[in-house]
Amino acid sequence: MNILIISILTLALIGIFSAIILFLVSKKFKVFEDSRVAEVESALPAVNCGGCGFPGCRGFAMACVNAETLEGLVCTVGGLKTMERVAGILGKVPGSFHPTVAVVRCGGNCDVRPQNNQYDGVKTCAITHNLYGGHTGCSYGCLGFGDCQVSCKFDAIHINPMTRLPEVDEEKCTSCNACVKACPKAIIELRRKGLQSHRIYVNCVNKDKGEKIIESCSVACTGCERCIKECAFDAITFSNNLACIDAAKCTLCRKCVEVCPTHAIVELNFPARRVRKETGEKIIDPVI
Amino acid sequence: MGGIHPKENKLSAGMKIQAATIPQQAIIPLGHYLGGPSLPVVAQGDQVKVGQIIGKASGFVSANVHASVSGIVAKIDDHVDASGYKVPHVFIDVKGDEWLDTIDRSPEIIRECKLTPAEIIKKVSDSGIVGLGGATFPTHVKLSPPPGKTAEVLIINAVECEPYLTCDHQLMLEKAEEILVGVSILMKAIGVNRAVMGIENNKKDAIEIMQKLAMTFQGIQIMPLKVQYPQGGEKQLIDATIGRQVPSGTLPIEVGAVVQNVGTTFAIYEAVQKNKPLFERILTITGKSMKNHGNYRARLGTPLANIVEQAGGVPEDTGKIVAGGPMMGRALSSLEVCVAKGTSGVLFIPTLESARKKMKNCMRCAKCVVACPMGLEPYLLMNQSERGMWTEMEGDRIMDCIECGCCAFSCPSNRPLLDHVRYGKTTVGKILRNRHAKK
Repeated sequence: MNILIISILTLALIGIFSAIILFLVSKKFKVFEDSRVAEVESALPAVNCGGCGFPGCRGFAMACVNAETLEGLVCTVGGLKTMERVAGILGKVPGSFHPTVAVVRCGGNCDVRPQNNQYDGVKTCAITHNLYGGHTGCSYGCLGFGDCQVSCKFDAIHINPMTRLPEVDEEKCTSCNACVKACPKAIIELRRKGLQSHRIYVNCVNKDKGEKIIESCSVACTGCERCIKECAFDAITFSNNLACIDAAKCTLCRKCVEVCPTHAIVELNFPARRVRKETGEKIIDPVI
Repeated sequence: MGGIHPKENKLSAGMKIQAATIPQQAIIPLGHYLGGPSLPVVAQGDQVKVGQIIGKASGFVSANVHASVSGIVAKIDDHVDASGYKVPHVFIDVKGDEWLDTIDRSPEIIRECKLTPAEIIKKVSDSGIVGLGGATFPTHVKLSPPPGKTAEVLIINAVECEPYLTCDHQLMLEKAEEILVGVSILMKAIGVNRAVMGIENNKKDAIEIMQKLAMTFQGIQIMPLKVQYPQGGEKQLIDATIGRQVPSGTLPIEVGAVVQNVGTTFAIYEAVQKNKPLFERILTITGKSMKNHGNYRARLGTPLANIVEQAGGVPEDTGKIVAGGPMMGRALSSLEVCVAKGTSGVLFIPTLESARKKMKNCMRCAKCVVACPMGLEPYLLMNQSERGMWTEMEGDRIMDCIECGCCAFSCPSNRPLLDHVRYGKTTVGKILRNRHAKK
């Protein structure tokens, strides 16, 4: 009987003592966590791509909760819809958002950019770039081994076996920046999607000057500056012998596309041009 | 430690050095493999003479560039170099062959050097001399040890362990006395009284000539070495000649050694005694199906195509053209590339030998580990490089790699070890430089 009471009491004492310690410790080391972080996180796509510039979706959720305004904070995968939901949870206004998409700025396919040597080393862009200029006369152009394809988590970029150039699937691309980082030649850029996905851009990154580059690639930007003279909106800038179209200023008038002698400026997703029957003259429909 | 024994194939051994014809337009590179590029000091339309300075060093670790031909500067423009990238070059339209008056063109050998060490180093620096073994590290930097370090012994690298190449060997046969005078000038410049010249045993005639002549100089020892690749690596040569190991991540001066290539030594002789800056070098044009392979003395900026034409043109069965030796050389993408200070040869490899064999799985035989002269584990480094494990690679001493290619050579599974290791080395190097810059 005595033994029974002693053991019950001892166990009870140990239990009470442990409970007190646990209580004190939980008080002392309590971590305050905003419950909204979990809520915001559940509204995010949970792909942890890092396209927003934060380490994973939770990192982005914490940034959203801590930020005063949502300006500049954008989940590129979820887009405007997700940001509106996040803003609803936090009672804030969603920031301005221009959807972007990955754009490959090299048009040097096998027909226009002749191969002048054969590479038989390890078939990755990073190693080839580290070793030498590439299999064509243009040392800036796409190497075509598909480091971008490997890096894409969304299966949105693929090397076209016919052209040996990467092609972006606009539906799948979330502009997470992974391919931009993976490309050693810095060919891929994130560009504004534009109205109805209409886009005009310089499809070349060759910084060499002069007409000589035409020998190595017939669709290269030669730096003739004709497009700059043609543009009425100051949307085209020129640096390092290369024209660059600012998507924010571009009105999609397509005049630069017409004047480019090497067709280095390309238009994407535009409707076909109408041709005036009597004169055979092309009519450029302004989009806006 | 480590090392391999590739077939020597010294086809052009014993062939007299011929002068390569001066091209109609010389295209002289302003960039170097190591160190900053030179800044052009001439402009389009300027008249230049042979030996006139055309590019000034852009910093301490950089070197001057001199005109190798006389004529008119056509333009300063980008031109493709051995790596396939475009770098600034000076284009000179050749007119005649008019040398600067200050250059002593008489054939007599001047043994005595009255200059002080500082004056010698200044002259070496002004003459744009860089390591002619291939790495093109500016020589004046090597001759000025950092404060607190003193040189004890000068080591002359006459190993020429790369298969096929014979330019250093031939230079020793023809210019032995000049080289030895160069060695004594170098000894004076760094203040040492002992010099060791390492020559591999496959160059018996050169060893004989050098040993006979070295008797008349003080403190120069000729040391025959067994044949092994990569014995011409700086750290390997120090171990082979004076038996000291350079610790990881340090320079040879740490163990009191200064290493200079035999070609560089000859260039130093010419610069100090004959006032002739570095504007020509000796290179080997070779290959199994090459008609007139041989050793050529070419002006810098001569397009390789010109010299190759003189040597009988590109053989029909060529699969790969390599600038330098077969082990460490770079495959060229075009023959428009011009002779640079580091071009030690042009090698034509037949298609059958040049193709890479099919890669198989790693079977952990550790042949690469045995072959690595730096004691690294290439199979591990390749795996880490494929997975982007840069921190781990840094810990596994990737920066010690000398890119000699012994690992890939010895791999029975034909794994491209060097490609991956080299990529890892470049990436880790970038990370380290960034970290250094932040500090």
